[in-house]
Amino acid sequence: MLATIGLEVHVQLQTHSKIFSGAATAYGAEPNAQACAVDLGMPGTLPVMNAEAVRLAIRLGLALGSTIAPRSVFARKNYFYPDLPKGYQISQFEAPILIGGGVDIRVGDTEKRIALTRAHLEEDAGKSVHDAFHRDSGIDLNRAGTPLLEIVSEPVIESATEAVAYLKALHTLVRWLGVSDGNMQEGSFRCDANVSVRRPGESLGTRAEIKNVNSFRFVEKAIDYEIERQIRLIESGGKVVQETRLYDAQRDETRSMRGKESAHDYRYFPDPDLPPLVLDAALIAAERDALPELPDARRQRYQSALGLTAYDATQLTQDRALSEAFEAVIAASGAPAKLCANWVLSEWQGALNAANLSIEQSPLSAARLGGLVARVHDGSLSSKMAKQAFEAMFAGTESADDVIARLGLKQVSDSGALGAHVDAVISEHPAQVAQFRAGNEKLLAFFVGQIMKRTQGQANPAQVTVLLRERLQ
Amino acid sequence: MSLQTSTLHHIAQLARLRIEPEHEAAMAAEMSAVLGLFEQLAKAPVDALEPLSHPGDPTLRLRADTVTELDARDDFERIAPSMMGGYYLVPKVIE
Repeated sequence: MLATIGLEVHVQLQTHSKIFSGAATAYGAEPNAQACAVDLGMPGTLPVMNAEAVRLAIRLGLALGSTIAPRSVFARKNYFYPDLPKGYQISQFEAPILIGGGVDIRVGDTEKRIALTRAHLEEDAGKSVHDAFHRDSGIDLNRAGTPLLEIVSEPVIESATEAVAYLKALHTLVRWLGVSDGNMQEGSFRCDANVSVRRPGESLGTRAEIKNVNSFRFVEKAIDYEIERQIRLIESGGKVVQETRLYDAQRDETRSMRGKESAHDYRYFPDPDLPPLVLDAALIAAERDALPELPDARRQRYQSALGLTAYDATQLTQDRALSEAFEAVIAASGAPAKLCANWVLSEWQGALNAANLSIEQSPLSAARLGGLVARVHDGSLSSKMAKQAFEAMFAGTESADDVIARLGLKQVSDSGALGAHVDAVISEHPAQVAQFRAGNEKLLAFFVGQIMKRTQGQANPAQVTVLLRERLQ
Repeated sequence: MSLQTSTLHHIAQLARLRIEPEHEAAMAAEMSAVLGLFEQLAKAPVDALEPLSHPGDPTLRLRADTVTELDARDDFERIAPSMMGGYYLVPKVIE
């Protein structure tokens, strides 16, 4: 059996004010403190479109290779629910702002482009709270009117793994472009999945829609569960029915929420309050000119121009701030990209993860880290010393050179000074010298160890090895 | 056009209206009459015309992305039927 998946992703656009009103969009405010008369659907109020939401949609559309519709139309999507006070959601239906485009994904060694159907602008609904009040539901309309871009993929995704790769690529892109903060816990990036299965050669099967899954892990589990359920159903002679299902993360299963017969009948029609959105070619051209280097292009450049591995290049282009920090470390250190990548991805990322900080919140700047990497590159510090210096720098505000001076971390690379230690160790261990000369190569590490002990770890191990070989041959 | 009872029930459900059984026949007749007017409209010769959703060809005006509406919850609370802890209360609806 083959699975076919289409995804609908709701991306919350990063604006200060709502899509059709001047109320704030900040997350976590007191309930209803950011819901004005327009958001409450008060009679006599009229929506006025936020220019920034339009600009962000255009920016994402350009990055996705979509056609930016020169003319798009807002429509009313009618349904009754208490957190939708107007009785309709303003969305786009027949004429969306973005048409087509695609997202490149890689699963293992396979590359694939996931084609997009469309993306449309719309307003979010409010939030219902059911368990805090005795017999009532509480309604918080702070989220009502928050700008969303709903991105609809073609049904061309063939597994949960591909679905997650697509979502991650899209998530990276919206954050990269500043289109959305992509915060999944706060609902800034949510996903509905349409899943169907069929036998090879057959046309698309009946689909079930899984609503509102908001973590990559749950998307993967929900789709896998749903594919399994449909296959079992068909193989036991049953039939998949068109319905909406909810994923229950605690039980790891999907459950029917509403069937086709109670499906919404939205009765879309053009919103008479909002004339068509007509886009000026100059605005689109300006956005195109302002587009930054995109993550895919940057990943390829890191591999071809900087010689990084595919893994490192991918890691460094997951996040624009991280990628920019990496480039700042190269600029500040003058060290090879590979060495800088190692320091950024292992030590720095490790310390940030341990402290639960984002790269933007890092107490250590890329410039200071660059100073440290420069000292590793010029051989002043052994890797052990550098780690010690890194810890001191991460916790404080000193430069690399100040930390090195304060902790006395200078690596001894002077062959005259090291030569004296090498000679001393050779004369103190005649038996080991004889064994080494008889072919026991492993003893080299013993001699290096002895010299590190004498120099309290400050000898340059590479230099010591060279000197030892010279004298022992 | 006469409205089937099942269609009437569907429309009532979409509009979240409860129609008492004794009113159904009258309601169906009334709605059928309204639909008759649309049937009349549907007969108008419009083949040569472009669909018109926004007469006069206006275009959307955009506003700058600035917060202009301050917290007016207290004002809205005064006219809200029921409110608690900052939430507007409604009869429990769970989908």
